[in-house]
Amino acid sequence: MRVFTAVIAIAAGALVLGGYFLPALAPVQTLLLNWATILAGAAVLVGIFNLVSVHSDKIRRQEKGNAYSVLLLMALVVTFLFAMILRPGHIIMKVVLSGIIIPVEAALMGLLTISLLYAAVRLLRRRAELMSIVFLITAALLILGSATLPFGNIPVIGTFIRPWITQVLALGGARGILIGVALGALTTGLRVLFGADRPYGGN
Amino acid sequence: MNELIVILVSAFLLFVITLWKRKSPSNLREIPALTRLYRTLGLSIEDGTRLHVSLGNGSLLDARGGSALAGLALLRHIAERTSVSDKPSVASAGDPTLGLLTQDTLQAGYQAAGVQELYIPTSGRVTGLSPFGYAAGAMSILQNENISANIIIGHFGPEAGLLTEASDRENMVLIGASDELSGQAVLFANTQDALIGEELFAAGAYLGAGASHLASLTLQDILRWFVILALLGGAAAKLIGVI
Repeated sequence: MRVFTAVIAIAAGALVLGGYFLPALAPVQTLLLNWATILAGAAVLVGIFNLVSVHSDKIRRQEKGNAYSVLLLMALVVTFLFAMILRPGHIIMKVVLSGIIIPVEAALMGLLTISLLYAAVRLLRRRAELMSIVFLITAALLILGSATLPFGNIPVIGTFIRPWITQVLALGGARGILIGVALGALTTGLRVLFGADRPYGGN
Repeated sequence: MNELIVILVSAFLLFVITLWKRKSPSNLREIPALTRLYRTLGLSIEDGTRLHVSLGNGSLLDARGGSALAGLALLRHIAERTSVSDKPSVASAGDPTLGLLTQDTLQAGYQAAGVQELYIPTSGRVTGLSPFGYAAGAMSILQNENISANIIIGHFGPEAGLLTEASDRENMVLIGASDELSGQAVLFANTQDALIGEELFAAGAYLGAGASHLASLTLQDILRWFVILALLGGAAAKLIGVI
């Protein structure tokens, strides 16, 4: 069975990759990608069942924080029923999205701002080294250079240092990191294509 | 067609180097975060605490899939090592397809360790479908499930800051790696030893996941030298007016 799944996975991967370079394989590639999209849609349902199962277990065992699990399941059931009855495009469903989900995520973003500021303050205590000092000075210069002040940009910092850091140093560094990540992704993909890594259940 | 040549040459080199690495494994430079991860794996089994692997919200259907696959390779190894622990590892994902593979990978780790009967399907979880939703769901795991170490590996943006904050509150060991620049900046500021750039893809090799992982590190080095030479050659050609 393991060999069978590996053969299917490797063949599907090779056909999709081949479709980018050989026009004859393009229809097969499109077909396989369409199947993948449908399966990804079905995976959302499986993910929701997984979420329900984890939180039901928590409630049944009366684990710490199970009140939040009750709230989560209630919200899930109510939203699901309303969406089934009213359809997702209904005004009430839009209110649920724009009045609850987006503000909650915005609140988390606000919380993140504070926690990042706190992390920056603690950085030198956590890791007293040259790169931490460079990191903090760069962050301070960029914030000062981007600040909107009544008299405009801070001379030199806003007009020369900030653009030089963002467009020369940071851009060069970012490209270097992204090239490294791309090479890592390429070799990881090749390992999966060869069947050396089998994230689909093989050993 | 150039891309196809690069892929075919890379595939050939990976195959050859894997065969070579089976006979003569290489010495790796020390990466403090991965050394700490190696120690943490052993410690968590000894003191009966749990590891949490946060795999992020990288979808397997787009360009972010590389980091997700690297995270799964690491999870497979962690699952095998910690499957016999009193408190087996849990993993969370922010994408449904990645969630499915998380469960499959955990199960494969248990199978490899010969303790498939100990596998609990809910140890692989989908905690949310948006970046912040995922982080909020994973924070709840960190706070309530006796976790001693949080391993953040995959596609993370600024929301990684919420996970690092929750880990700090519970005094956990924290190891972080992301393929996203904003996520890397957040992890650099919030963790003791962050993995930068392609170090994310080196975790398997450092934990002894096999010759193919060592070979992929060597192949990355070879390709990096080609990129450096191409960049320098291009700059020189531009300077003398050839291009």
